[in-house]
Amino acid sequence: MNNPIGNLNKIFDSRIRLGVMSILLVNDQIDFNSLKQLLQLTDGNLASHITNLEENGFIKVHKGFVGRKTNTTYSITKAGEKAFKEHLDGLENMIKGIK
Amino acid sequence: MDSQNASLETLQDIRRMMDRSSRFISLSGLSGVSAGMFALVGAYLAHQWIGGYYQRYNNRDGFANNDFHELKWKLAILAAVVLAGAILSAFYFTWRKASLHQLSMWDHSSKKLLINLLIPLLTGGLFVLGLLYHDEWLFVAPACLVFYGLSLVNASKYTLTDIRYMGLFEILLGLINMFYVGYSLYFWAIGFGLLHIIYGLIMWWKYDREAKSGNGMGGSA
Repeated sequence: MNNPIGNLNKIFDSRIRLGVMSILLVNDQIDFNSLKQLLQLTDGNLASHITNLEENGFIKVHKGFVGRKTNTTYSITKAGEKAFKEHLDGLENMIKGIK
Repeated sequence: MDSQNASLETLQDIRRMMDRSSRFISLSGLSGVSAGMFALVGAYLAHQWIGGYYQRYNNRDGFANNDFHELKWKLAILAAVVLAGAILSAFYFTWRKASLHQLSMWDHSSKKLLINLLIPLLTGGLFVLGLLYHDEWLFVAPACLVFYGLSLVNASKYTLTDIRYMGLFEILLGLINMFYVGYSLYFWAIGFGLLHIIYGLIMWWKYDREAKSGNGMGGSA
């Protein structure tokens, strides 16, 4: 018997990190404020989750400028895409398995 | 059992975030209906004015330059008023729907929608101005319809998918119109008036109506 939750990635347990990954999967690049708006979060809360995902190599940070203001955007990495898709497969198997 | 429910919920969360971040879903069906109404009233007035012009033309038994100029200007102003009215009312209903769902009207997805709508639409606008510059009136209506249809098809990736079919119908109407340019006003009225109203009602029926009655039922599928 294999462990039914063995395929689930611990990093995506958090709904916020899950949300960030979902959004990045369908958008090439997205800036911090749009993420904040979509997930309805505060700055600090979102920033800590983003740092976590970045440290795991799942997302890439691009620092740029719009005029004088910094404009930081994020995109998903190959590793992030793979990990997230495996997580989705894991979820799917779990639903199927128990049915 | 519990973990099954949790997994389902997680999947729904993911889907909602994907949809909300890549598509502008606050587009209101009523926007289409109101824009269509403006177009129909505009087409009716244009029809009356053009009819009046030809009546005077026949009575006088000839062409009068100032009469023609007056008609041209009246039609140009009418077109501008109709366009402004349609856009403003469309904005209003979409803004109302967005604030009803506590979503922002100006966000990541609406910016993408607007940019992708405007690329073919502005191209079409300039193309039509070019036609007018060369005093080429014959193909104005077909060009409007075709370019508007292309804009909708292009923009449909960033909003409700129904827009795509409406765009295809506009293109088809424009292409048929090319071969019946004498009936341009009717094609224009069907494309910008009737199609807007029909699609507006369909979208209102599909999305807005149930949202109003089933608030908070979690019917986000």
